[in-house]
Amino acid sequence: MLIIPCPYCGARPENEFRYAGEAHIARPADPEALSDAAWADFLYMRTNPKGRHAERWRHVHGCGRFFNCVRDTVTDRIERTYPAGTAP
Amino acid sequence: MKWFGRRETHQSARTAEGGRIDRSRTVRFTFDGAQFTGHPGDSLASALLAHGVHLMGRSFKYHRPRGVLAAGSEESNALVHVDRGGGRETPNLRATQVEIYEGLNARSQNRHPSLAFDLGSAAGLMSRFLPAGFYYKTFMWPASFWRRVYEPAIRAAAGLGVAPMDADPDRYLRRYAHCETLVIGAGPAGVAAALDAAAVGGRVILCDEQAELGGSLLSEPHAVIDGLAGAEWLAGALSDLARHPNVTLLPRCTAFGWYPDNMVGLAERVTDHLATPGVHQPRERLWQVRAGAVVIAAGAHERPLVFPDNDRPGIMLAGAARAYLNRYGVRPGQRAVIVTACDSAYACALDLHRAGVMIAAIADIRADVTGPAVEAVRAAGLLVRTGVSITGSTGHLRVTGALFGTEWVACDTILMSGGWTPSLHMHSQSRGKIRFDGANFLPEAMAGQQSVGSCAGVFDLTGSLPGRVVSGVIAPRGGFAGLVPGAKAKRAFVDFQNDVTAKDLLLATREGFRSIEHVKRYTTTGMATDQGKTSNLNALAIVADQLGTAIPHVGLTTFRPPYTPVTFGTIAGTSRGALFDPERRAPMHDWAVSRGAVFEDVGTWKRAHCFPAPGEVMHETLARECRAVRTEAGIFDASTLGKIEVVGPDAAEFLNRLYTNAWLTLGVGRCRYGLMLSEAGFVMDDGVVGRIAEDRFHVTTTTGGAPRVLNHMEDYLQTEFPELRVWLTSTTEQWATIAVQGPRARDILAPHVTGIDLAHAAFPHMSVREGRICGVPTRLFRVSFTGELGFEINVPADYGPAVWRALMASGHLTPYGTETMHVLRAEKGFVIVGQETDGTVTPDDLGLCRMIARSKRDFVGKRSLRRPDMLVANRKQLVGLLTDDPSTVLEEGAQIVEDPGQPVPMRMIGHVTSSYPSATLGHSIALALVEAGRSRMGTVLHVPMPERMIAVRVVEPVFYDKAGARLDG
Repeated sequence: MLIIPCPYCGARPENEFRYAGEAHIARPADPEALSDAAWADFLYMRTNPKGRHAERWRHVHGCGRFFNCVRDTVTDRIERTYPAGTAP
Repeated sequence: MKWFGRRETHQSARTAEGGRIDRSRTVRFTFDGAQFTGHPGDSLASALLAHGVHLMGRSFKYHRPRGVLAAGSEESNALVHVDRGGGRETPNLRATQVEIYEGLNARSQNRHPSLAFDLGSAAGLMSRFLPAGFYYKTFMWPASFWRRVYEPAIRAAAGLGVAPMDADPDRYLRRYAHCETLVIGAGPAGVAAALDAAAVGGRVILCDEQAELGGSLLSEPHAVIDGLAGAEWLAGALSDLARHPNVTLLPRCTAFGWYPDNMVGLAERVTDHLATPGVHQPRERLWQVRAGAVVIAAGAHERPLVFPDNDRPGIMLAGAARAYLNRYGVRPGQRAVIVTACDSAYACALDLHRAGVMIAAIADIRADVTGPAVEAVRAAGLLVRTGVSITGSTGHLRVTGALFGTEWVACDTILMSGGWTPSLHMHSQSRGKIRFDGANFLPEAMAGQQSVGSCAGVFDLTGSLPGRVVSGVIAPRGGFAGLVPGAKAKRAFVDFQNDVTAKDLLLATREGFRSIEHVKRYTTTGMATDQGKTSNLNALAIVADQLGTAIPHVGLTTFRPPYTPVTFGTIAGTSRGALFDPERRAPMHDWAVSRGAVFEDVGTWKRAHCFPAPGEVMHETLARECRAVRTEAGIFDASTLGKIEVVGPDAAEFLNRLYTNAWLTLGVGRCRYGLMLSEAGFVMDDGVVGRIAEDRFHVTTTTGGAPRVLNHMEDYLQTEFPELRVWLTSTTEQWATIAVQGPRARDILAPHVTGIDLAHAAFPHMSVREGRICGVPTRLFRVSFTGELGFEINVPADYGPAVWRALMASGHLTPYGTETMHVLRAEKGFVIVGQETDGTVTPDDLGLCRMIARSKRDFVGKRSLRRPDMLVANRKQLVGLLTDDPSTVLEEGAQIVEDPGQPVPMRMIGHVTSSYPSATLGHSIALALVEAGRSRMGTVLHVPMPERMIAVRVVEPVFYDKAGARLDG
């Protein structure tokens, strides 16, 4: 079970958290201006890397905050976590 | 050789003295119904061997008679079923790990009718029909024979133990622990590591799968450590550890799985070795240990030699024979042949020789054998033949001789050693890297963990006990992997448990399999309960040899948890029965119970399904409840609806972005039916939202959707719209919600309500007011999910039952359950998210276009509604269905087709989502999603059922009071 350092609460076991998909996929400011292809890309296309991955977690059984996390998908090592809305 | 194949009634193979068993006490047990005796400290295997019994199992595919191969958890042959009575049954236990106790009742497996006479062994004669990959290629024709004849026959014949049928009455517990150092394995290397860690300070946990801590030292009588006999040193070390306040010793506790960040799962067997467990003791305990550092001292497994008929009872690993002799005081036979490629077998030969076992022959595969081990054996007067391979064996229920080419040597036991394979299981589970040193795969160093002793390839005791002076032991130099030179591959078993031979592996490589991962799955080598502990390296060597490549190029299969089998009970712990999933009860639950309600599960909630009166059958109950709501009034516990308090200066703007409707214009005291979409444009949830104040909304969600909706709202609030000043609070369990619905609802409520004008003009449909009911503060909604005049009374949860009882005392209310609620809303064509929707349904599909505020620039899911696939003409749309026969009730989930005459498989154009008999209307009704459904009004479609085709007419999805006149009572 991973130990995930919540940026607000500190290190906690994985079962306090819920995964929330890839990070840094901002909702377009004006969705209506996007082509169908661009909108579909925002909705569905993810990088799914082997290795370093920026992703979102929520400390759902804790502070309830969403935050970002850089994890290696091969080794499961967590490089760092940082607040939502900040740069990786 | 009179002892072959029959059970001795006394412990004829027991030595006169020695071993770690308690000879002062005798324990009686049964195996396959026959009585045996042993001593405390015996395993089932050692106690049976003490009686001269080697035959303990039948093999997986061919039902070949099998004896015990090993002395530890790597045992692949001697699998037994232990029955403790009362449903306490465990199949597939290794006889080498089952401790005997008074009254132990064990039986062998996979034999019919008995171990000694097994009809299934005819499969041995059929072995050419059960080659590698027989699952995939044999018996392919005729196809119908596979299902009807071959598969049932093979399933009955091949296999391991039989799962018990009764519920397990035992109790299992779970425990979390943290420590600075976890040591896995209490052999000499593990004990030394625990001592060193304890000396540094910090918490230490030392676990071992065996009943007694000590590992290989328990079978090694000659070691001298720091001037003490090995047993004395061990006793002193364990006593020091036991006295240490920071050290936890866990015998009978297997480290079975390694999970990220040094989380290790341990399975502790607490009571299985006891004749009478304590009343309060759990059977097993799962330890979830989070360790700062892990020391793996898991030891090594001895490899069998691969030669034809190497699986007869009486053939075992040399190290196992030594354990039986030295630890348990049991001679494995009277006349032994020793075949080896490793010096450790010489220690076995010397100990057996001293114990009076006749050594008929010693043959070493290696041409050139030198060193103190072989010299000691020669000095004892034993002849060692070098450069000689065993090529076969004779016997049936017990081995009778060894074959060296044309030479036959009589014996009743063959003891073999192909050297030692480090146990990489835990290291590999931790995703540690592995290297090959020319003979063995070894663990690479890794942060946070360390392998010590023979699992790290340090086979001699000196190396396992750094800083200590060791003498008296023979270092296990040498080894061999693969088919022994000059031997045939047929019936040369590599994986004993799965009946995989060298011939099967050669066949797999001939058929084109190259990666060991593929060979493993094709031949099943390395699978089942032993997970290839004794077979992996031999299999790799055979495949590599055949392919003309090196072992590392063939690869090593991945080790996965569990190291040895773990019971479901240990994993489940207390999470079973009523504790499996917490049961949620609404505030009026007890009242419903007292009224004989029938309950149903909705998510984790228990909801009253209906309230049958005495003597009623279900459809009468539902008809009565429906009639009451339509003609008088009914009362319904709606407390399970999710409730979220949305508060803040930007609350209206937030809802405006999360729901399809317009919220900025909603006045205080008014409600609106809200529709929530996922960003992909599909209906996600719905519910009534009331504006309590300018900056405060009372949001309701579906019963099952509450956590999902709150998570969805939090996600957007925190990450997409963090500028909005809004706070979200789940209030589902803070409010009791009582729906009162029906033409008389207002009259019934009126006497109880203060501070709210209930008159239609003052309190119209879709309004909310704050006041009091029965003196209790309330948020009173005027809403309807039945089509009748309706109210939903929210009071603080603890007041719910009192308010409910006060309203019931009016004498005019009929309690109704979820089924009646479903019927009433279906009559009105109101959808239920999750019943009419399945995550692929848009608002337009449901005919809810009016819920979409086109004027809004944006809301979650809006852009997706313009995607091309959302606009195609043949999307499935909500319609009503009527059957010709008013009493025919369609099956929910039934498929719908256009042309009943078309050949099977038919083209399905939709399905029935809801279907009920309607007592109010006098006929059945159904809702359905049908391709271009709204363009099919009045047409006839068909519902194919197994027994007949049912014609249905497509109608509007509102069956009752289309004008909505009844809402005002």
